[in-house]
Amino acid sequence: MKEQTTRAMWWRSPSFILDNRQQQPNDTARGDALSIPLSSPLPPSTTMADPNPNPNPNPLTDKISAYYQTRAAHHGVVSSDWLAQAQAAVGHLPEADDDASNNDQGAPSGKPFSVIDEFNNWRKQPDLAEAVAAIRALAAVIRNSQATTMMELEIELKKASDSLKSWDTTSISLTAGCDLFMRYVTRTSALEYEDFNSAKTRLIERAEKFGEISYKARKIIAMLSQDFIFDGCTILVHGFSRVVLEVLKTAAQSKKLFRVFCTEGRPDRTGLRLSNELAKLDVPVKLLIDSAVAYSMDEVDMVFVGADGVVESGGIINMMGTYQIALVAHSMNKPVYVAAESYKFARLYPLDQKDMGPALRPIEFGVPIPSKVEVETSARDYTPPQYLTLLFTDLGVLTPSVVSDELIQLYL
Amino acid sequence: MDPRRPPRTVPDPKVRHVGFFAPGADAPPPPDRSNSAPPDPLSSSPPAAAHLTPPGTSISPVMIPPPRHSAAPLSPRRRDSFIVGSYSGKRFLDVGSPTASTASATDDWALPTSADSAWVGDTVGAGASSLPPVGSAAMIAKGLASSVPATAGLTAVSNVHRSAGVSGKPSGAASKVQGDKPKQSKPLKEKTTKAERRALQEAQRAAKAAAKGVGGKASVHMSEVVLASDVESVEVPKAHFQRNDIAAVNEKKVIDRQLEKDRKKDVPQPRMQYDDKSRVEKAKKRAVLKQTEARNRVELFRHLPQYERGTLLPDLQSRFFQLDPVHPAISKVGFQYLSGDISGSNARCIAMLQAIREAIIDYSVPPGKALVRDLTSKIGSYVSFLIECRPLSISMGNAIRYLKNRIAKLPLTLSESEAKATVVADIDRFIHDKIILADKMIVKHAVTKIRDGDVLLTYGSSSVVEMILLHAHELGKQFRVVVVDSRPKLEGQLLLRKLVGKGLSCTYTHINAISYIMHEVSRVFLGASSVLSNGTVYSRVGTACVAMVAHTFHVPVMVCCETYKFHERVQLDSICSNELGDPDVICKVRGRDEINFLDGWTNGNNLQLLNLIYDATPSDYVSMIITDYGMVPPTSVPVIVREYRKEQLWI
Repeated sequence: MKEQTTRAMWWRSPSFILDNRQQQPNDTARGDALSIPLSSPLPPSTTMADPNPNPNPNPLTDKISAYYQTRAAHHGVVSSDWLAQAQAAVGHLPEADDDASNNDQGAPSGKPFSVIDEFNNWRKQPDLAEAVAAIRALAAVIRNSQATTMMELEIELKKASDSLKSWDTTSISLTAGCDLFMRYVTRTSALEYEDFNSAKTRLIERAEKFGEISYKARKIIAMLSQDFIFDGCTILVHGFSRVVLEVLKTAAQSKKLFRVFCTEGRPDRTGLRLSNELAKLDVPVKLLIDSAVAYSMDEVDMVFVGADGVVESGGIINMMGTYQIALVAHSMNKPVYVAAESYKFARLYPLDQKDMGPALRPIEFGVPIPSKVEVETSARDYTPPQYLTLLFTDLGVLTPSVVSDELIQLYL
Repeated sequence: MDPRRPPRTVPDPKVRHVGFFAPGADAPPPPDRSNSAPPDPLSSSPPAAAHLTPPGTSISPVMIPPPRHSAAPLSPRRRDSFIVGSYSGKRFLDVGSPTASTASATDDWALPTSADSAWVGDTVGAGASSLPPVGSAAMIAKGLASSVPATAGLTAVSNVHRSAGVSGKPSGAASKVQGDKPKQSKPLKEKTTKAERRALQEAQRAAKAAAKGVGGKASVHMSEVVLASDVESVEVPKAHFQRNDIAAVNEKKVIDRQLEKDRKKDVPQPRMQYDDKSRVEKAKKRAVLKQTEARNRVELFRHLPQYERGTLLPDLQSRFFQLDPVHPAISKVGFQYLSGDISGSNARCIAMLQAIREAIIDYSVPPGKALVRDLTSKIGSYVSFLIECRPLSISMGNAIRYLKNRIAKLPLTLSESEAKATVVADIDRFIHDKIILADKMIVKHAVTKIRDGDVLLTYGSSSVVEMILLHAHELGKQFRVVVVDSRPKLEGQLLLRKLVGKGLSCTYTHINAISYIMHEVSRVFLGASSVLSNGTVYSRVGTACVAMVAHTFHVPVMVCCETYKFHERVQLDSICSNELGDPDVICKVRGRDEINFLDGWTNGNNLQLLNLIYDATPSDYVSMIITDYGMVPPTSVPVIVREYRKEQLWI
């Protein structure tokens, strides 16, 4: 029964719509190359001793949400102003130094295998989502494990997952991905096998499968959402989401005619980046400043957004501004579609905007801000489910209420 | 995604043939019915049989039986085309059974047919034959086929084919009877005896069952019967054939009854509607307690029990020693319900379960009875006693259902003491797992939603909410509580007393001030009597009002409810199912005798007092339901109900 429930979430995954000819061979090859072979066995406790080897060499930006650091690094939008703001944001946070000290001991070399290293290796690929990197890293943990009993392996895996989660507590998809991985991989009848090795093989199989599904998720979503993009439509997008880009790219490649409105996506101007990408695809794009959403909403046929996390109520947590776009769209009866991979389904249930761990992000205003003026640096907001029309996930096209159904099935 | 959503397979395409047709030519390939059939034991029939049973077309209501067949010895090929797709297992049987193969190959078709008609003759002539049910079944089938072919099922249709075939072929001993068969069939049908009517019913039922695709199993069974029944020596093929008929009918009947039973079990019993006079009379006869009905019943709520208050308790107490069938523990709990000493659905449920537990410990199986049945009926009588004291809450109903389910599943091999111990352990486990542990889980989840500086509002007195508030206080969270209360029960005072005693800072107000106080509130915590599967929260009257005001003020409303209180029913308003309290308490105020404006008026015809106990909060006003499984949106209640029931079956 346990297996059934755990399997439930992905067994209907419409991955069949992808012809999985291309990725698989590359993937596994890459996976093998990257997984560092274990030379001397270390007890897991020491391996996981320091959960926070922070990848970012700049201590100033430490307390900024690591998630947004990664994004910023990928998007190449780090500026001096950005760093200055980062410093200001760090200033009044209490445990800044504690993290810095962590950082010092964070890079002891010659360590045989660390899930964080593995994770960082994976994370270097800009195309690979953080959660997928984490999932791959966890799979590598199983592969390289020296454990001889199931219990040991499970504990090791748990530790690895915890250290990954604590690496960046602000990233919802990272936490959710790790949780889902643990749930999916370990809650299987394989744990009752007599033979440890076969059980381990089974676990690795499941882990690989999970990684595969997660990796393909974006393509699946792109395929699924094609039915919703019709010729001549105008799509409003907010921020830069790799899934949404994939969706639009696929639509453009299948010769659909549509127009895209990109919001600017302050403060890190992610919308600009998206508009660049779309321009390369010869899709007609118009840039809006974030405050022009309501002004142009009557021209829009649908709103497409990505998500940092999908929460249990079916609502989403996404880049700041999503909520107000959803509100405007709702009041004008425009559909709001969310493209989100299933590894972003998180066991969170925010009741209102302040009811979640804040992810802070510096904002550049171009002019110096007087010290007495407070700046709202929160990077994301929560959009309640009643303002969302549909969620495009790799599990299929879902209404918001199904999210909690899936999560209940998985975690019950 | 999983078993809960069966694959949406397209059921067999319904090909409807009108007029004459040769099924061999254009009949659709026999689809595998076992796929679309409900998962009953039948679908597990051997695949060969299922395959050999062409379904579907046989019961097409518009099928016209083919006319006479002139060719006397039917060649196998001809026979195929002549069967017109109508078949349970008979043809299969004819071919497969050894007796059929020993019979002359040319005429294994004609023989049974003549047998049919012979039996018809018998029944007509003698009224009773050596094998009356056989004759009547065949005859009825014929009657059906000739008069109402549309309703006739498998057996009937196949019979008529045979007879039709034979009637074109005047040969054999039975031919003279066949001649006037069409004329006979109608009058025959009219003077059916009881047995025949039953046979008719069976035939119809069998037809229905066959239509559901259970033919495969039946045919297998029939062939067994054939093998076993070489006893009758009169006319071997004939007897066989008809026995098979009966066997098939019986088999299907049994199956059908089982199905019906299962279906009945699945559908929850509808609540008693108190405006249904005949049923109320019946219930009165059974009742242990005599209650007098209220004189001025509220028109809209006539379907709910409305009794005069205050008469029951003295009456019961005086007859305490005469109430024979009820265990003292049960009657004690009943009185406590009646007087309102135990209220709150958790408390009531635990009290009931503990009383039943005591009763089970004292129980011994009467000689000559089975424990499972007797205990179930015993518990049933206890429960009906409790219902008379106060209508059951949904939580109690669920607990009873669980208990009865457990008792019904007791292995028969257990000795009495073992069985009792098992049941008692089950009760203990239910109380512990589903109520006490569940509360702990709810508290654990809910506390995460309380932040420093919050102002929490609660309404009435819910045991879980109380635990949440106290636990959050123990964790050192800084918050303030607003307790909203309402007449006539003023249960909030009890809660307030406990909270203030623990040092929480509280505000006490009444429900009329809710719109004023809601400004300063940041979270609303509510208890619930039940959560229904459309997300409606069924709770103490006034809850809906609080939830709606909170929703208007954009204050999140959290409903705390254990999973065992969830119910698969759907309710849209507070009218169709509710409980009425004592109407007197709303027109009198305790301790204030000067409020007596209504004295003497309550008996007038133009005054109706309505004291509702519960109300239904639509799910739109609920932000979150906190259960032992975690925090879920109200839209996910059906998932919980489904998973919960599954789990209950597996315990």
